[in-house]
Amino acid sequence: MAGVGSACLLVGLLTAIYAGGASLYGARTGRREWATSGRRAIYCLAGLTVSAFAILEAAFLRSDFSFALVAEGSSTDTPSFYKVTAVWATQDGSLLLWSTLLALFSSAVLFLTRRSLRDIAPYATAVLAGVAAFFLLLMVAWENPFDTLAAPPAEGAGLNPLLRHPAMMIHPPMLYTGYVGFSVPFAFAVGALVTRQTGADWIRATRRFALVAWTFLGAGILLGALWSYTELGWGGYWAWDPVENASLMPWLVGTAFLHSIMVQEKRGMLKVWNASLICGTFVLALLGTFLVRSGILNSIHAFGASTIGVQFLVFIGLVVALSVALILARLPDLRSEARLDSLISREAFFLLNNLVLVGLCLVIMWGTFFPLISEAITGNEQSVGPPWFDRLTTPLALVLVALAGIGPVLAWRRVTWSSLRRVLVAPLAVAGAALVLLLAFTDAADSTSSLLMFCFVAFVLGVVGQELWRGTSARRVMTGEAWPRALARLTGRNRRRYGGYLVHAGIAVLLLGVAASSAFLDQRDVRLSPGQSFDVGGYHVTYREPKAQLGGDDAGTGAPVSLGAVLDVRKGGKHFTLRPWRNYYASRDPSLGAISRFFEGEANSEVDVRWGLRRDFWLAVRPDLGPLQRQIREADTKFASSSGDVQALVIAALAERYRNDPPPAAFRAIVSPMVAWIWIGGAIVVLGALVAGWPSPEARLRRVRSLYSARLGRELSRA
Amino acid sequence: MEYALALVVLAALVALAVAGPLRRRGEEERVEEARLAELRAAKEAKYREINDAELDHRMGKLSREDWRAVDRELRGEAIEILRELDRLEGRSPEGG
Amino acid sequence: MDPARKRKIRLAVALGAAVCLAAALVYTSFSAATEASKPSQIAPGRSYELTGKVVPGSIRHEGDDLRFRVRDRDGTASVPVAYTGVVPDPFRDGREVIVSGELKHGTFVAERDSLVTKCPSKFTKDEERS
Repeated sequence: MAGVGSACLLVGLLTAIYAGGASLYGARTGRREWATSGRRAIYCLAGLTVSAFAILEAAFLRSDFSFALVAEGSSTDTPSFYKVTAVWATQDGSLLLWSTLLALFSSAVLFLTRRSLRDIAPYATAVLAGVAAFFLLLMVAWENPFDTLAAPPAEGAGLNPLLRHPAMMIHPPMLYTGYVGFSVPFAFAVGALVTRQTGADWIRATRRFALVAWTFLGAGILLGALWSYTELGWGGYWAWDPVENASLMPWLVGTAFLHSIMVQEKRGMLKVWNASLICGTFVLALLGTFLVRSGILNSIHAFGASTIGVQFLVFIGLVVALSVALILARLPDLRSEARLDSLISREAFFLLNNLVLVGLCLVIMWGTFFPLISEAITGNEQSVGPPWFDRLTTPLALVLVALAGIGPVLAWRRVTWSSLRRVLVAPLAVAGAALVLLLAFTDAADSTSSLLMFCFVAFVLGVVGQELWRGTSARRVMTGEAWPRALARLTGRNRRRYGGYLVHAGIAVLLLGVAASSAFLDQRDVRLSPGQSFDVGGYHVTYREPKAQLGGDDAGTGAPVSLGAVLDVRKGGKHFTLRPWRNYYASRDPSLGAISRFFEGEANSEVDVRWGLRRDFWLAVRPDLGPLQRQIREADTKFASSSGDVQALVIAALAERYRNDPPPAAFRAIVSPMVAWIWIGGAIVVLGALVAGWPSPEARLRRVRSLYSARLGRELSRA
Repeated sequence: MEYALALVVLAALVALAVAGPLRRRGEEERVEEARLAELRAAKEAKYREINDAELDHRMGKLSREDWRAVDRELRGEAIEILRELDRLEGRSPEGG
Repeated sequence: MDPARKRKIRLAVALGAAVCLAAALVYTSFSAATEASKPSQIAPGRSYELTGKVVPGSIRHEGDDLRFRVRDRDGTASVPVAYTGVVPDPFRDGREVIVSGELKHGTFVAERDSLVTKCPSKFTKDEERS
């Protein structure tokens, strides 16, 4: 079957090249049938990539080790769920996933626009085909997922234990859906620029794709943060790591794009911005995909040197050059249809929003690429750490939250001072009340930036609440409906607006969690023997007893040996037990001893977290294997050539020894307030995006006027 | 060989699928249909804008005079779109 | 004030703000940056951020202390390190590490809890493919 898979890829590459060529030919000569043929080719491409993906998945599921990829990334004892998801843990598999998603999204958008956008669609097809061709070329020429091994091994290498976590496995497809999703509006933007149809048509057609992409990308980023928090032994959720930043940057610019297109739709302004923003988002998405793979930036997640780094750079360079050239060439067509009337208007604030988000992105880009920049300038490779990022991004984040509050209350074109006063009074009062309460009852004042963030968040929530209240009241005045029904109908008929407000509320809650948990956490690292205890964040923690286990670890990752601890935590009347573990995975390195290899392979922490709405208690253990080393070495020589069963008994004995005579273990305990609100905020954002993007019933006008009265009358309905 | 066979079969299938539209060369240029779809989308968007503006006014963000001005402008634009739609659809202005 | 002048002022303000941000960026990054140094580059007398690979077989636990040797990523120069504090999960032979501290009497005495270890490659170069 590997041959069929490879054939799918090669035929796919040729199909993509044909699709691009046919579409361009059809567009230039006006012969529609060629453009249609190109579109059909994209549908074929979707079929080919899905088939290839299915073949690969099937190989993983049946542990077919003749596939080099399966031998590398899976094993017979890998749980089924992780077998399925191991496909995209590898370089080649993730390229195939990217290509498949791209083909599917392209088919979807081309199907939906098959009767409209006749001029733009062929060029968009060509762009999408070009990107697909690039990824397929990477696979066909350099990183073929269907490479086979002449002598299949009996057992595979298994999935990296750090990746055996549900969030980590859903994370890549979500990110890729985000990256790929943005290629759709990008392709149509290029088409619009080429054909000089720079109105809002291309935006209307691709807006939902941009929203879906943005949502998936955001969710993917949050999942990565969740994984970091619950799986890695350091206890944080964001480290300003280059890989993390690589996914955040396109999300920020994508956010700017989603807002900015509203201005073009409503008033025909910011056209140059929108073209630039979507090109920027797409380039950053490609850059994000590239950064994870190239090892060009040394990060804590250094993903090694890869064979496709140069190709990616070349491709990204091409896309940048194409975008810049197109935008410059079409500047006259991108002229605004209207002028900015007043600085206190929604348009002005959206412009400011663009600036802040792009500024944030540039700051992060500077910090991420600083090692390369400093090396180029000074000859020494320097790097900046999380404190620098925090210091520069916090003020920008504060401004952003403030904008998220003010934006919704502004109207288009112009806002008078009196109406501005009227709409801001209540939310400002809420923010003021929050400030007073925080100062009086908490120590929030210890961190100025957090205090400000709390107040701004209160402001945003006040604005959203007020919008819902006023909107529902206004509707009730007209229709006399009961509150719940009025609210439901209001949001149902204005999904984009109220979905958007919900997203703002979600972001505010998310940043609330971020501010609280980063400024007010308590952390302690201690070494304890059983019976000893320590205090952290008001909690009293006692190490009750050690634990040891062979196989069957709690998280279902298939670790042969696990060592852990049971700890009692008390605060006031509250009492709970935590059971952190450390899982040890056997290494296949032949240079290690027979018994040592069980303890010298990968190891990762199974953190135990007590979730709470007000605060989390996070605990990780790192058992000390030092005292056991002597016995392990002895066992190495004694049992070097014993059978697996005997070795298992030896390990069991060692584990038992650890349990009976435990050396002091290292613990890290972190009490961080309001972390749960980060995930809750994220969920609200996704919900809001769903509401905003959900197809709405057709819009109807309520009132009737002019010579089209009869016609408009028929479109009338009692709202 | 499995690979070569799959190559030929798949390439043939794709070629068949994409050649289809090319054979039906005499297909009518339904340009109007595309324009109609675009106009309908634009009309839809314009109606939403009119409703949005009214909601803004009722919620106090737009004063009465501002709203009247915006409403007039938007309805004018909507009528332009409706005219264009009628022209393409070949209907009379009264919608008969 | 006529609209054209207003627009020019707005543009000037925006550009000014951009220049300020850029200046803040450049200034803070160069002053806050830590220089990554290889074992062959460090000298006694000042603190460094040492980067390199853990020499296989050099890891020893001496009571609360962790001792190991770090060598140049591409080279052989190595230096012994004395470290106390939290040891990250991926730390073992051959891994790339970053640790802050100072060279004292031939041993790199590390700051507490400053050890950072890089995760192994997820996407590696494929050396054997048939």
